[in-house]
Amino acid sequence: MEFAGIKSLIFYAFALLTVASAVLVVTVRNIVHAAFSLMITLFGVAGLYVFLQADFLAATQVIVYVGGILVLILFGVMMTSGRLQMRIQIERGQLILGGLVALLILLLLFGVISNTPHWEGIKDDGSTLEPTTRTIGEMIMQGEFLLPFEVVSILLLVALIGAALISRKEVRDEE
Amino acid sequence: MFDQIQQIISNSPRVSSEATGNWAEEFARNRLIPILEHLPFVPAGVAEHFPVSLGTILVMFGACGIFVAIVPLIPLVLVLAERKVSAQIQNRTGPMRVGPWGTLQTLADGVKLIFKEDFIPPQGDKLLFVFAPYIIFACSFAAFAAIPFGQGILISDFNIGIFYIMAISSVVVMGVIMAGWSSNSKWSLLGALRSAAQIVSYEIPLGLSILVVVMLVESLRMQDIVGSQSEGLFSWLIFRTPFTFIGFFVFFISSIAEVNRTPFDLPEAESEIVAGFHTEYSGMRFALFFIAEYANMFAVSAIAATLFLGGWEGILPGYDFLGGMPGFVLKTLFLVFVMMWLRWTLPRLRVDQLMNLCWKYLLPIAFFNILGVGIWGLIFPKDSRLSIIISMAIIVVGIIVTYAVAGKSLSKRPEPQPSSA
Repeated sequence: MEFAGIKSLIFYAFALLTVASAVLVVTVRNIVHAAFSLMITLFGVAGLYVFLQADFLAATQVIVYVGGILVLILFGVMMTSGRLQMRIQIERGQLILGGLVALLILLLLFGVISNTPHWEGIKDDGSTLEPTTRTIGEMIMQGEFLLPFEVVSILLLVALIGAALISRKEVRDEE
Repeated sequence: MFDQIQQIISNSPRVSSEATGNWAEEFARNRLIPILEHLPFVPAGVAEHFPVSLGTILVMFGACGIFVAIVPLIPLVLVLAERKVSAQIQNRTGPMRVGPWGTLQTLADGVKLIFKEDFIPPQGDKLLFVFAPYIIFACSFAAFAAIPFGQGILISDFNIGIFYIMAISSVVVMGVIMAGWSSNSKWSLLGALRSAAQIVSYEIPLGLSILVVVMLVESLRMQDIVGSQSEGLFSWLIFRTPFTFIGFFVFFISSIAEVNRTPFDLPEAESEIVAGFHTEYSGMRFALFFIAEYANMFAVSAIAATLFLGGWEGILPGYDFLGGMPGFVLKTLFLVFVMMWLRWTLPRLRVDQLMNLCWKYLLPIAFFNILGVGIWGLIFPKDSRLSIIISMAIIVVGIIVTYAVAGKSLSKRPEPQPSSA
């Protein structure tokens, strides 16, 4: 087996992990189990990012989605329904609508994939990854993404202040 | 035997940062495959046609195996150290019976834990209950992969080393929540919620004080961070600017909170919620939490030593004094000792104090540090003798002023509290 063979083996393992756990997320009846299989999905996606030479993106995926958003989801679930026996309904009626949305997303992704000029995966000679942080930083701070970056940061700041304001108000009302 | 080990240590992974990704491949090509040729039970053709890539993967698995075998020894030592340190602080002798000066006590405790009943709460969620310790254990050990123990002595020199460590250690929260929820016990759930809130909060000042270092070094790679501190004591990042000096303390305080140790041990506060998220665990599963806690303690101390205290670089430029792997381990163990010292000295914080400390003190200080380091970088684009002298002067004056002010406010008698009659 050459390195490429083992590489594709690991790739398919990650792909299988991602897809299988994603299927579990929507089919499992226990909501907390669904949340934890979502964790595996997000981890698998992070692994796939590594295969695209995007190491920074992979770590960001883990830190933001697993360490942040998923914890928030679980917090919500546990605060609202601490019971183990909580079951969620899985409806069959939305099958057609859901399938349509999935198909549209697939078409969208296919368009993105076919329009991407070049794909750069992990090289077969076993060389180390190029650092991506510098490119990302230059693109954001000096390049074409400066305006979107600033707009997003203002948006986040507004959201933060809004959240603080809303939670403050409740405290004042209680008093 | 010792010579051979030393040869392997000094030869195999000692590579420059450009070629670090290939150490396993080099090792496979130069050492593993020649060994195969000499083994009697391997057929003649195998070694010649043995693919290097498969060898590389075997070497990497082997390295991981050795690593997984060695790293649990750290908690084994640290647990004993903790008991001895606490005994000294409380004027006791600590464990003395098992082995000379009680040195084998942890081993005996470990054996005891293995033989204990593996109790799984029948009303709980069995699957998640079983998996939770594995997640915590795996994540706290995965962080070790990027910690540079010495020149080239690290498993993988990622481009994003320190960011990887942050990412992988943020997953520990998931394990804690899993453990707390699946136990189906009030104490566990309360502990898990406290722990999650605490870790998520303290991750922010922690990350921001790492950012201060990254701004100065301009790299996330661990070996670059160590490499930038190679010119002796005053090139250590803690002394490089006054802001990194403050940043070190912010980092250290936040990392104590990250590993849930006193004074931030609310998630496992014995007097309130029995043992927090691992209340229902027993036997080997409990031992996994225990080992992970001490491994985490070592890991965060090692990261602090790498980021701020020069890593494996010594005090004097060009000399190995307090440098190399022994120096690095010494620095790390010192920080671990400080953690133990704090644990047995300070009382536990209340929840509101905990959150106040994080959001009202550490976070603004961390932002101030980032601003400060940015301005410092504009004034002194390169480190010079002048910048170091100014930095040291500010640090020394700052310490004296802080000491004077804090001393004055601490020496005031506390107001007598109204008794709750």
